[in-house]
Amino acid sequence: MRHNNHGFLLGNLILRDFRIRYRNMSLGILWSLLNPLVMMVLLTFVFTRVFPALSKPNFHVFVLCGIIPFNFFSVAWVSGTLSVNGNAALVKKVILPREIVPLSTVLANCIHFAIQVALLLAVVWLAGYKPNGYWALLPVVLGLEVVFVSGLSLITSALDVYFRDVRYVVESANTVLFWMVPIFYDLSQVPYGYHELYQYNPVAAVVLACRNILYEATAPPPTLLYKLFFVSVLFLVAGLFVFGKLKRRFADYL
Amino acid sequence: MSVVRLEGVSKIYSRKVPREFLGSFLLSRLRPAPHERFHALKRLSLDLKEGDSLAVIGPNGAGKSTLLSLIAGLSWPDEGKVVVNGRVAALLELGSGFHPDLTGAENVYLNAAVLGLSRRRTREMFDSIVDFSGVAEFIQEPLRTYSAGMVMRLAFSVATAVEPDILLIDEVLAVGDQAFQAKCVAKILELKRAGRVLICASHVKQTLRQLCSRAIWLDRGGLVREGPAAELLDAYEGQGAGQT
Repeated sequence: MRHNNHGFLLGNLILRDFRIRYRNMSLGILWSLLNPLVMMVLLTFVFTRVFPALSKPNFHVFVLCGIIPFNFFSVAWVSGTLSVNGNAALVKKVILPREIVPLSTVLANCIHFAIQVALLLAVVWLAGYKPNGYWALLPVVLGLEVVFVSGLSLITSALDVYFRDVRYVVESANTVLFWMVPIFYDLSQVPYGYHELYQYNPVAAVVLACRNILYEATAPPPTLLYKLFFVSVLFLVAGLFVFGKLKRRFADYL
Repeated sequence: MSVVRLEGVSKIYSRKVPREFLGSFLLSRLRPAPHERFHALKRLSLDLKEGDSLAVIGPNGAGKSTLLSLIAGLSWPDEGKVVVNGRVAALLELGSGFHPDLTGAENVYLNAAVLGLSRRRTREMFDSIVDFSGVAEFIQEPLRTYSAGMVMRLAFSVATAVEPDILLIDEVLAVGDQAFQAKCVAKILELKRAGRVLICASHVKQTLRQLCSRAIWLDRGGLVREGPAAELLDAYEGQGAGQT
């Protein structure tokens, strides 16, 4: 049936992903917290004990501001990419707006993201930082990250229907990005000539903005936010366009 | 006014290996292999008006499912035009979106959303859906504890809550025991009386006879015959292809 109940459908698909993930797990939601904490401890150990020259005060806060936005990005992008193939039965046999498949997958990841952001805020607070007015910018910054990864997932999930190698390209890109996003280093340590390039990468921009807000308690530079907004929205528009073009032959390839 | 109209519709697949890997895609760009194309559907035309019910018969690979997925808008024709006026519900597969780890009740909501029902209508219909399925006492249990028959009955019950203008059914009527099948047929006849268009692809002759007045007979994508359902089903059975 032609859908005019997109909200109900989207909600149910998100709920499905969330329920399936946590049912039959004794630790449930704790797993969302464990992974970034382990990464935080590891990287803090390496950069305060092994390479103390590269350390910064409150390094664990510094690095967690990078880990959490990056983790969300990489997990959401991979699962978004696999979503159309993974839901082949829905895509092939049911009349629904197909865009909803990758979008609901990305949005289901937002639940874990929200839990992890709560963890981040708790760690920031425990380290002695007081909430400041710039915290109000966090939902905007993190929201733009969701917009970006949605756009990107629309493109890669559609391509993955035609070329199953796309998932490996995405995984490799994530490995590259782990190093090319300033997670355990700061933009000031990067040669100046590359700064512009870093800022046009929305994941890096989100990390930098989070660090401004939470670690330095300052406002992120407006130019950074403009770039983040521009690239994220561009990717969403491009994603909807590409997906719209490619979805016509999905049923023939799945 | 025609509700479903097909004008010279063809669906063509190329028979060479699908380009599933980037490598083979790039290779095929360098050395284009001769395209071997085959018609899943060959210049088919069709016109259905309100209250029409069409049986689609033919051996496996005749193009029945292709025809239904074109009308549903799930795939696009390579030639010709498909015009559909009204809301289409496609029961091409039962229990789309069902997940074994979710409870029966959770799956009802999920499947209802997938089929295009609103939140309100799902709530209103929930009890009658569960009643119709006859699995009420297990509705809070995970679906993996259900028997295959129970899953199908629950799936069909959700599908009956859909109120489309055009109902497409692909081989999903052979569900449950005889009593349940009779209930399903009665439910569909109710829709038909309300003036809805029904298109039904199946190998179960008896059901088709009960549900449909017209029929088309397809073979390898082409139209063999069309006419009154009873007449065509007799001819099809007589031809010996009846037991596929």
